[in-house]
Amino acid sequence: MIVPYLGGNDEKREAVLKGVRELMKIVVAMKQIPDLQQIRIRDRKPILDGVPLTFGKIDKNALEAAVQIKEAVNGEVVVVSVGNEELEDTIKEALAADADSSVMLIEDDIEKMDSAQTAKVLAELIKQVERYDLVIFGEGSGDNYSGQMGSRVAEILGLPQAGYVTSIEIDGIAAIVKRSLEDQEEILEVKLPAVISVAADLNEPRIPSVSKVLKAGKKPKEIFNLDDLDIEVCEALVATSSSLAPASNRKGIELKSVSELVEVLKSEASGGN
Amino acid sequence: MAGVMTYSNNTALALELLTAAGLMGQEVKALSINNEQQAQELKDAGASVYEVTGEYSAADTNMVAEILKQAAAALGVDIILLSSDRRGKELSGRLAQKLNAGCLTDIKAIQVNGTEIECERNALGGAAIAVQSIKSTKQVLAISPKVFKQAEPAGDGSINNYAVEETISAVSVKEIIPKSTDSVDIADADVLIAVGCGVQTKYNLPAVEAIAQSLGGLVGCSKPVATDWKWFSEERIIGLSGKICSPDAALILGVSGQVQFAVGVRGARVLISINSDENAPINSMADYYMVADLNDVLPQLKDAMS
Ligand SMILES: Cc1cc2nc3c(=O)[nH]c(=O)nc-3n(C[C@H](O)[C@H](O)[C@H](O)COP(=O)(O)OP(=O)(O)OC[C@H]3O[C@@H](n4cnc5c(N)ncnc54)[C@H](O)[C@@H]3O)c2cc1C
Ligand SMILES: Nc1ncnc2c1ncn2[C@@H]1O[C@H](COP(=O)(O)O)[C@@H](O)[C@H]1O
Repeated sequence: MIVPYLGGNDEKREAVLKGVRELMKIVVAMKQIPDLQQIRIRDRKPILDGVPLTFGKIDKNALEAAVQIKEAVNGEVVVVSVGNEELEDTIKEALAADADSSVMLIEDDIEKMDSAQTAKVLAELIKQVERYDLVIFGEGSGDNYSGQMGSRVAEILGLPQAGYVTSIEIDGIAAIVKRSLEDQEEILEVKLPAVISVAADLNEPRIPSVSKVLKAGKKPKEIFNLDDLDIEVCEALVATSSSLAPASNRKGIELKSVSELVEVLKSEASGGN
Repeated sequence: MAGVMTYSNNTALALELLTAAGLMGQEVKALSINNEQQAQELKDAGASVYEVTGEYSAADTNMVAEILKQAAAALGVDIILLSSDRRGKELSGRLAQKLNAGCLTDIKAIQVNGTEIECERNALGGAAIAVQSIKSTKQVLAISPKVFKQAEPAGDGSINNYAVEETISAVSVKEIIPKSTDSVDIADADVLIAVGCGVQTKYNLPAVEAIAQSLGGLVGCSKPVATDWKWFSEERIIGLSGKICSPDAALILGVSGQVQFAVGVRGARVLISINSDENAPINSMADYYMVADLNDVLPQLKDAMS
């Protein structure tokens, strides 16, 4: 059940108490990544040239969660993203899937930034969104999957957080969420504004209609580059010395019949001994 | 001087961290929060344990990170090892940000070269393995479960009580619902049978179980089989967001072999795949593959094996 939204920050709460109707503002952080299905490996090197960019699958779950909340409580969804120049095109995927507007930082060499640097920029972009109530992340980005960003940004913004969330309800001035851990689930009440990272597959992201795709280009977009933002980005704290596909020398023998299969299983998979 | 601090709320993983910490050639201090039994077990493994007790909520990531930050300062440690289970991963980023530290999660291997700690972790969703190291003095390293063995009992442990300033929590726990946990762990399997979406119907499962039994193997699955179809618990998922397995042999049934799954069986000595699509990516990473419909093969294989 969803209790009428009362506003996550003091100003809003006061406005609501005075009878002013306030929108719930939900920010979603989405990262554009190469389509992993299309990466080819040559000499153990992943070839990224020409691989189209898209948003990570879990980030689409995060957006869907935000849109479902906005539809339930009367709200607005802002997508924030840090990426290279292709982001301006990629962002349309999110705007077509019912995000209302976007705030982006676009820089050429963005791939070289590490989590600490990106977190700083992302937090700054979120601050551009006035009076937000909830910030939603994915549990991990599709390519790096390190699961740091939501926690880092929560710390920079000084907000409470809950990760691995599989359901979200808004109850007045708090979010009631379910966090799914390996051995237990927790039902938590988190005061708004808050940062939530959603677990993969908590919902089925909507597929935008053609007319929504066409309208996406016209939704509000705010674009920054590093010079526009009043922040010092520190040096990268993490260095990568190599990133190669693992060496593999599998035999690649085709088995033509069940009896050949049985033979292989008996000789190669004799089991627990 | 500088030292290493370990922390996991999961005692088995905390013991694994002690083993990892032993590689760093520095003094090791094990933190334990509100868990007397864990403190005792870590002490029995020879660790200098610092036990924190108080009104802390394990569910409040900020609060736990705050305790760790204060402890790291008081104990004078620069390197903090955490477990890369869900709690540990969530904690890593928050703590790293508090300390202005670099952070790596899901670490699969560690090599210490003098003062540099080189870590291996998956990149590009598992398509590549990255070797990374942290350049800042303060480092937060979250290590995947089972990468290291649990520390064995050893002498010379101690328990020190330790107090930190309490903070106010903005997260409150309304309810805790235990998940039913498996008694087996597919990561330990010598023979692993992987059920993918190509198994198609639950009616095929008894044959899969029978084949597993005759091979002395354990049954795991691809992610959608557990999360969408709910045929198995999530503990049976093989891959990036499930278990990384290195069995002697893996029999892969109807799995396409996308990178996020493939990382979970890459370590198998022998990989055998059955898939109706000759061009399924899993076939190109197999030692043996058979192009066939599982609806036909499973009953035949079951009979032939029994
Ligand atoms: C961040 C992230 C993390 C992920 N983590 C994981 C993870 O840990 N583990 C995981 O498994 N996935 C993970 N995934 C999902 C992964 O990308 C794939 O979607 C998933 O592995 C597909 O499962 P599948 O191969 O069983 O199904 P499908 O891709 O649907 O493939 C089914 C296969 O069965 C074959 N088949 C169909 N019918 C038959 C038949 N009658 N007989 C024989 N063969 C048949 C088909 O040819 C096909 O190859 C993750 C995804 C993301 C984005
Ligand atoms: N460059 C980025 N732009 C926007 N959001 C991001 C970016 N990188 C990471 N995120 C968000 O942070 C989450 C966790 O990312 P990671 O820490 O890389 O696993 C992702 O699921 C996104 O929601």
